[in-house]
Amino acid sequence: MKTIQNIGIAIFLLGLGIFAALPFLGSFKLDQSTFDEIVTEKRIKSEIFTADMQQNVVGKEFTGMIDLSSKISKALEYANATHVKNKEYKKKIYTKSSEMASLIGKRSGTGYIANNKGIMWFLSFGIGIIGALLFIIPQVVTLGKKGIKNDGVYHQSSTNKGWIAWLVFFFLVSFYMVLYFGSQYAVNWTYLVDPISESLSGNPAGHWFVYGFMYCTIMSVMAVRMYIKYRHNMYQIVRTTSVLFFQIIFAFLIPEIMVRLQMPYYDFKNAFPLDYDFFFQWNLKSLLDSGGIGLFILVWGVVLTLVIVPVMVYFFGKRWYCSWVCGCGGLAETLGDPYRQHSSKSLFSWKVERWLIHGVLVFAVVMTGMTLYSFFTETSTVFGIKTSSIQNLYSLAIGSVFAGVIGTGFYPIFGNRVWCRFGCPLAAYLGFVQRFKSRFRITTNGGQCISCGNCSTYCEQGIDVRAYAQKGENIVRSSCVGCGVCSAVCPRGVLKLENGPEEGRINPTEILLGNDVDLMELVNKK
Amino acid sequence: MEHIVIIGNGIAGVTAARHIRKKSDKRITIVSAETDYFFSRTALMYVYMGHMKFEHTQPYENWFWKKNRIELVKAYVNAVDHQNKKLVLADGNFLNYDKLILATGSKPNKFGWPGQDLAGVQGLYSKQDLDQLEANAPDKETCKRAVIVGGGLIGIEMAEMLRSRKIPVTFLVRENSFWNGVLPAGESAMINEHILEHHIDLHLGTNLVEILADENGRARAVTTDKGDTIECSVVGLTAGVSPNVDFLKESGIELGRGIKVNRHLETNISDIYAIGDCAEQHEGIGQRRPIEAVWYTGRMMGETLAQTICGNKTEYKPGHWFNSAKFLDLEYQTYGWVFSERGMKENEQHFHWRDDKEKICITIAFNKDTKQFLGINTFGIRMRHEIFDRWLTEKCDVNHVLEYLKDANFDPEFYSKYEHKIVSTFNSEFGTSITPKKKSWKRIFSNA
Ligand SMILES: Cc1cc2nc3c(=O)[nH]c(=O)nc-3n(C[C@H](O)[C@H](O)[C@H](O)COP(=O)(O)OP(=O)(O)OC[C@H]3O[C@@H](n4cnc5c(N)ncnc54)[C@H](O)[C@@H]3O)c2cc1C
Ligand code: SF4
Ligand code: SF4
Repeated sequence: MKTIQNIGIAIFLLGLGIFAALPFLGSFKLDQSTFDEIVTEKRIKSEIFTADMQQNVVGKEFTGMIDLSSKISKALEYANATHVKNKEYKKKIYTKSSEMASLIGKRSGTGYIANNKGIMWFLSFGIGIIGALLFIIPQVVTLGKKGIKNDGVYHQSSTNKGWIAWLVFFFLVSFYMVLYFGSQYAVNWTYLVDPISESLSGNPAGHWFVYGFMYCTIMSVMAVRMYIKYRHNMYQIVRTTSVLFFQIIFAFLIPEIMVRLQMPYYDFKNAFPLDYDFFFQWNLKSLLDSGGIGLFILVWGVVLTLVIVPVMVYFFGKRWYCSWVCGCGGLAETLGDPYRQHSSKSLFSWKVERWLIHGVLVFAVVMTGMTLYSFFTETSTVFGIKTSSIQNLYSLAIGSVFAGVIGTGFYPIFGNRVWCRFGCPLAAYLGFVQRFKSRFRITTNGGQCISCGNCSTYCEQGIDVRAYAQKGENIVRSSCVGCGVCSAVCPRGVLKLENGPEEGRINPTEILLGNDVDLMELVNKK
Repeated sequence: MEHIVIIGNGIAGVTAARHIRKKSDKRITIVSAETDYFFSRTALMYVYMGHMKFEHTQPYENWFWKKNRIELVKAYVNAVDHQNKKLVLADGNFLNYDKLILATGSKPNKFGWPGQDLAGVQGLYSKQDLDQLEANAPDKETCKRAVIVGGGLIGIEMAEMLRSRKIPVTFLVRENSFWNGVLPAGESAMINEHILEHHIDLHLGTNLVEILADENGRARAVTTDKGDTIECSVVGLTAGVSPNVDFLKESGIELGRGIKVNRHLETNISDIYAIGDCAEQHEGIGQRRPIEAVWYTGRMMGETLAQTICGNKTEYKPGHWFNSAKFLDLEYQTYGWVFSERGMKENEQHFHWRDDKEKICITIAFNKDTKQFLGINTFGIRMRHEIFDRWLTEKCDVNHVLEYLKDANFDPEFYSKYEHKIVSTFNSEFGTSITPKKKSWKRIFSNA
């Protein structure tokens, strides 16, 4: 078994290595006719740019995107600078240089990678998946009898912030940097999944398709690991199946198929304000222009946030969304599960959490208010502040850096729910409902707690569960996503996630069940 | 300001301190020699197994003590001088008190086995024991085999710990079946099976005779009364614990096995109290033993004594007995009294049910004549403490318990339910025709 696992790791690393090397490989050659097409498509009027490109890029062969993209961005920046200096604003090119480079790169791939998409897919994704499964599936045997499987979590480099963890951190952060800020380097990756994209939406893949596909792949593989690790715990198995279903069907397949059917791209489960650009002008316009389905989406989006989400939270707690449906939660519960113990439990972190997450919520609401105001009054500023610059700031700071680079990149260091705990405005909103008007609670089983601390250690949301349990108090916290792991790891059967009557949900106690009845009454009456 | 000094920063001492602070402004000092801060002894195993780091076993952050004005002194108390109301510390200092709370816990038993003090032989009680185990048995290359002597709760924890590092373990248990002084036969048998499934070499009905040394004075093997010699690198002595009271021998405080206390947790000397593992009731309360070395009772004594210290003189009146443990992967809970065959009371009758596939079983004890429900043991099913506490208080009969068993289930959502199987087995054994009632929130929350 160990040998199979080691072979698995080797194969996986090979796949990962090939994947990571791709941005540096491949040959690209932009031919004249493609360039002319792009110039017309993008309505490029800058003769400086075209001349520069003609001279330095068109017809030349490049290896890897790095060289090519630096030529393109140089040409673009120089052209723009010159036009601004000469006040020829009409000629300025507004396409971002990384976007331009991706566009050109995507159409000028010539070498082995662009021509052997299937094989290359297999050499990266394919063997990555095979390797990972070879490592994971033998755990059915190596982990022994079913039960809690946390042996050695704090002895292993990967799960105890050792060098492997830092390597994973480095890889994830770099990946997100490419995704958000350097999409031109993802061109080779897009080739790998072109056939899949074409079969779904009819279009070649962009870097977001790569991301979506990879997201589903990673979640599926890591879900296998969850199934094995928690095979004694039906709650975990059902929940994992649920997040996987919503990710693959709702977040990935349906939007792609909608595009094929000439409908707007939309993820029906992605609720505002997590879906922060739902009310952005371009989105509203596109929805309003798409006839019946567009209108339906618009109404659905509003009803989802204002009615469905809070009503469901009332009945089931915010877990129905955060750990059963949401994509961010889905990744956190699969890829992130090995890192859940790193969320800080200190009171200080809790303070930071409340400031940050509510701050982001306020930010999102204010931004959306400005957006809607601008939309209906057809102005571009509110109190002299440009709406679009606030939107750009949010997209960059919150949408990309916080949710992506930090939210996922920092899994191995700060735990798997950094975004959900500190940043997600939807979670903040659901949290209010859960805290003040909900049937959900984690019941503490009388006086059975032995203060061992397993629950707190493995709470991904950094809740000091033990602090409540050892006082015999139920856990009613706005940040709890109901992952159920505290209950799973408790060696004394103290915790149960349940939806019950609101009355008695919060039960402050001083003297715990099991002691003198009179004393309990005397001290606990409140 | 009255100065309350507590010796021992375990659950008993710390609970007392917290509750005294809540109710009063008294000066509070905790003296303890083992660690700087309170930690959960019950979690020591998880540190060795790598589930947690040692700091995770500390229920309060380090700033907690200062903020709550609980002074911490790390020192060993050599003697108590009650005439002058002062403590003599091992570092030569003295500490005066107005009231003294002894919460000094336990120490592992050693029964004078030859070789019991060799290197590589150890118990598992303190943080130091944990560190020692880390040194003695860091991996299966250094520790080729470990022998554990004594089949109690700590013994099986130690076996589980060592197995988590793939160290071969031989487990010597004096009884003919694991923990059968406490558990009824069916349950004890199930645990025997479970231990073997975990590749622990279980020797039942076997006593340790001698621990043999190698040329460096380290344990190299043990011999048993069955005539076996078992090669090993580490010997774990886990044959129970006894109160940690040796430093009080000359103090004038009345000692039995532990520190003798009355129902108000007072010792024979005024202003000195004892709580937790080290306290010994003159007579056991109800069916309880005079010394109760478990977590919950330490906490309850702390809660109670704080009332007395703060002027509301309160008797220690523990409610219905409850406890829990985990044997490898098997969770165990108990409410009320279920005695083993050895300790069974005259009118006690048992209903035992065991699932045919999973390692799940329950035993319900009731009065043969009146059918009054006496207690329940469950393995692999979690039960609701509050419900059983209520049923015990209301002296429900056993049929009632079975009928409403679903109200008491505390397993996570989506788990398989066993009430129907349990009840139908009961029906066929006792000729009853009980049908289990659907779970009702109303009943669960109707605080009777
Ligand atoms: C491995 C293990 C697992 C356990 N698991 C469970 C369980 O699952 N459930 C359960 O109910 N119980 C369990 N127990 C028992 C439980 O931990 C004890 O009952 C409980 O910790 C006793 O608390 P205490 O406060 O009385 O004493 P302790 O926790 O022993 O604290 C006493 C402290 O006083 C210090 N001290 C003693 N004498 C002096 C002195 N002269 N000067 C200075 N300091 C002194 C000691 O060093 C110690 O730190 C377990 C025990 C062990 C060892
Ligand atoms: S409190 Fe429990 S259920 Fe809630 S997030 Fe933490 S571990 Fe998950
Ligand atoms: S895991 Fe269970 S016993 Fe341990 S501290 Fe948490 S609630 Fe208490």
